[in-house]
Amino acid sequence: MFRKFKIINILLILSLGILSCDREQEVKQPPKVVTVWHWMTDRKDAFAELAQQYEKKTGIKVNFELYAPSDAYTQKVRAAAQGDTLPDIFGILGEMRDFASFIKAGYVEDLTEEMNKDNGRWRNYFFKKALEVNEFTLDNIYGVRPGIYGVPIDIMTIQMLYNKRFFRELGLDPEQPPQDFDEFINIGKRIKERGLQGMVSGWAELWMIDCLANNFAFNIMGKDKVIKTIKGEIPYTDPDWIKVLTLFKRMQDEGLLYNGIVTFINKTAEQLFANEKAVFAFNGSWCVNVYKGMNPNLDYGVMLPPKVSDNYPRSIWGGAGSSFMVNAKSNVKKEAIEFLKWLTEKEQQIFLSKTTFNLPANKDSVIDIHPRLAEFADDIEITTHPRLWGISEFPRVIEAFDKGIQSIIIGEKTPQEVAEEVQEIKERELNKKKLSRSKLVGE
Amino acid sequence: MRIKLTLQNYLFILPALIIFSIFYIYPFYKVFQLGLYEWDGISPVKLFVGLANFKEIIFEDKIWWRSMLNAAYITFIALTFQNTLAFCLALACDREIRLRNFYRTIFFIPPVLSEVVVGLVWQWILDGNYGILNSWLIKLGFPHLVRNWLSDPRTALNCVAIVHSWKGFGWGFLIFLAGLQTIPRELYEAAKVDGADAWQMFRNITIPLMIPVMMLVAILTVLGTMQAFVLIIAMTGGGPAYHTEVPVLRILASMRGSSRFGYACAQGISFGIILVIISFIQYRFSQKARQIY
Amino acid sequence: MNSFFYYNAKKVILNIIIHIFLLSIAATCLFPLIWMIGSSLKTQQTVFRDFSLIPKEMHWENYYLAWKQGGFGRYFLNTIFYTVSVVLGIVFVSSLAAYAFSRFEFVGKNLIFYMFMAAMMIPIPGSFVPLYVLLNKLHLRNTPLGYILCMINVGLSTSIFLLKTFFDKTPRELEDAARIDGCSKLGLWWHVALPLAKPVLAVVVVFNTLNVWNEYVLALIIFDSRQLMPLQVALTTFQGEFITQYPLLMAGLTITAIPVILIYILMQKYIIKGVTQGAIVE
Repeated sequence: MFRKFKIINILLILSLGILSCDREQEVKQPPKVVTVWHWMTDRKDAFAELAQQYEKKTGIKVNFELYAPSDAYTQKVRAAAQGDTLPDIFGILGEMRDFASFIKAGYVEDLTEEMNKDNGRWRNYFFKKALEVNEFTLDNIYGVRPGIYGVPIDIMTIQMLYNKRFFRELGLDPEQPPQDFDEFINIGKRIKERGLQGMVSGWAELWMIDCLANNFAFNIMGKDKVIKTIKGEIPYTDPDWIKVLTLFKRMQDEGLLYNGIVTFINKTAEQLFANEKAVFAFNGSWCVNVYKGMNPNLDYGVMLPPKVSDNYPRSIWGGAGSSFMVNAKSNVKKEAIEFLKWLTEKEQQIFLSKTTFNLPANKDSVIDIHPRLAEFADDIEITTHPRLWGISEFPRVIEAFDKGIQSIIIGEKTPQEVAEEVQEIKERELNKKKLSRSKLVGE
Repeated sequence: MRIKLTLQNYLFILPALIIFSIFYIYPFYKVFQLGLYEWDGISPVKLFVGLANFKEIIFEDKIWWRSMLNAAYITFIALTFQNTLAFCLALACDREIRLRNFYRTIFFIPPVLSEVVVGLVWQWILDGNYGILNSWLIKLGFPHLVRNWLSDPRTALNCVAIVHSWKGFGWGFLIFLAGLQTIPRELYEAAKVDGADAWQMFRNITIPLMIPVMMLVAILTVLGTMQAFVLIIAMTGGGPAYHTEVPVLRILASMRGSSRFGYACAQGISFGIILVIISFIQYRFSQKARQIY
Repeated sequence: MNSFFYYNAKKVILNIIIHIFLLSIAATCLFPLIWMIGSSLKTQQTVFRDFSLIPKEMHWENYYLAWKQGGFGRYFLNTIFYTVSVVLGIVFVSSLAAYAFSRFEFVGKNLIFYMFMAAMMIPIPGSFVPLYVLLNKLHLRNTPLGYILCMINVGLSTSIFLLKTFFDKTPRELEDAARIDGCSKLGLWWHVALPLAKPVLAVVVVFNTLNVWNEYVLALIIFDSRQLMPLQVALTTFQGEFITQYPLLMAGLTITAIPVILIYILMQKYIIKGVTQGAIVE
């Protein structure tokens, strides 16, 4: 009896063993191969095409390996960092804090020198905003040596969109989107009368709420005050912050928000706007491609989120969409950098932007793109992004703030209550930080 | 001789034990260790904080406990509604009934379906503007019940619980069916000869013999439901506000959202310990129940 | 005579009620399936526009496109290989262990069993990091063997629990008879216990097949080479970061669901036949 099973067992293990050996041999590659890990499903074919071109041109093989969805990709990159098996080129998804950790752990090559070579030839390829997201400034709080650590391959902005057909139906001029918040609110009344639905967005994904709230905050109190709040010098119970929160309540009360907006993921929201179920949308520049696929006849325009105050300029989120980093421990570092230079040259960027409908990071490549995409690109100069602020808010505070806005929208809490709750959490986190700092110093 | 016998016994569990030690105990030990650190999951430096993470979970993290309550509520619905449904269906399909092969196949479709499909379909059914449920309610004359089922705080959790139960009842059904099939038919025939009616047979044969299977299903339901999250992401993303937030989503949020890997590990461990306690109580209860019958 | 009719009428009514109940549940189960198949035959433009379950225009080419774009062929073979290996491995390892836990006495039996049970309950969400480092050290990362062993571990505890419950339930008389005939312990397990446990083995097979079939996060983390990836990875092709190609995704999901349903139908036979027929030692 036993023998029989032993044989089966051995056979099983042998067959597995043979298979696994086989694989290892396949994986062993001749030198001069640059491996890239990415998560951009929609760019898979375009990357493959570019890699082929590059190999023809230089003889260097570039392997693009796709690991999607981005959640799994993020975990893979982190696991690979622990196992020291990162590829030559990879992208880091996450916040500035995470990026900084990767750099401090020595996984990311400092590209400043390469960027600045020949009077900053490479550096000058890019939109200033696109590069900033990958840059650590002199006095950054993360303790990273100042420099540029990543190469942007595309840019994006997040704005509002409006359906022109509905605008005509509502008796509005489709070429004159609302400029200030009162105009916007007035449209809400017409939307209600007609039984239409207002603005749709993926507000189950908290960062999209955060984005609009920040737009309003910058407009109401200016960047400095927002940063001061993050530093803990101004409380969230400040009237200006309550004003920000109240805007969401007003939008909800005036029928400007899509019924159920707080539990939509962004893909659901996109599907609704594409199928003309909503008058407005709040979405990023990637949506042009999405809408085109779902409804090529959708007639829509791009607008800035309405102005709430005249005190400070409006700003929106944007900057680098996706970036690539070079592995500092790679043995084909030079080749990897050369490839990224080539990838961000004008021609390649035009190719990428045309095939994948993303805004190119190379400022000379923004030609002949989709008109809606051009509208998104026009406002790149007024973009900001939490990654550029040099300081990060505590994740718990961000979560409480955004979830709080959800509560306001579903009518569970008032802006005042939310502000107080957020401030309470903020203070707790600040105390904790102080404690752990003093502990660190003690050690 | 005795030693040889004992060794033989151990040989049976040896393969399981080896795989288990390497692929479970070792990572578990490591994760527990990480739970004692403040670590972002990336940097080579880990700050040892002892039990601070656990303390924070137990005493400070209100949202964590709220998510536990939500999960407990979903589990309660699953234990009652889902398992009663599964048991009734299994009973019906255990009989000599027409179409039973058809039913048996169909009832297992929800577990096979991808969460993406289930999420999309139920979102469409429960949608507040164009939803099927709302349009039926209007047609049937209950317009006051119309609402946005998934983003209304009063109904969100219930909807998630019911959809989850709907997706999961196939498992209970399958295990109950397997259990019912192992009851020897002779018992029923003997009872019939003794003049027992259907209810008596059910009460005196089926129920006692099914108790261990019921407990098995109950434990598996608790585990499956407490750890559910993919469907919840697909349906509500944990919203509105914290109304459908569950522990696994919180763990993921700590791990990815706030890059507190150590804290996430501590959350995972404390979550597991609570589950072990619940299941242990259930298990003891099942032993008791078996003794009674 | 009267009572006979009465009895029959009662039975018919009861049957009708049961059927209405079963059919209504079946309808809710079928609806998403039909929706999925219906959507797989629409286009990206009509999928959320045309709400009819059966589209007017059938785009059968979606299946071809999904198969080709997702690179299903290769992944299909991989997943079949992983599923077969993992399920066989689990059935083998867990039934041995469950049998021992149910029938034998040895030191530490309860302790070890409780340990397995605890493992079933404690999810270790961060475990992929230590697991990754471990596999790397063992040179099992990026190999099918590493993945298969991890997946066997995933299904092990639950399978042992399921099997032990049923082993406890099955009568021991047959085994006693076989033992008198001089059957070894291993022989008892193979010739007597396993055939008796067929219904629950079928449940174990279905449970683990579904688990392995739908797994992709671990695979993405462990494998670097796309050549080794399982089927689910093909589906992520259609769910881009920004764009989901719904019809192709639905076509892909339909293709991936079919084998699992077939396995279930196949296994059902064993679940239904049950002990009464299986009791005769084969």
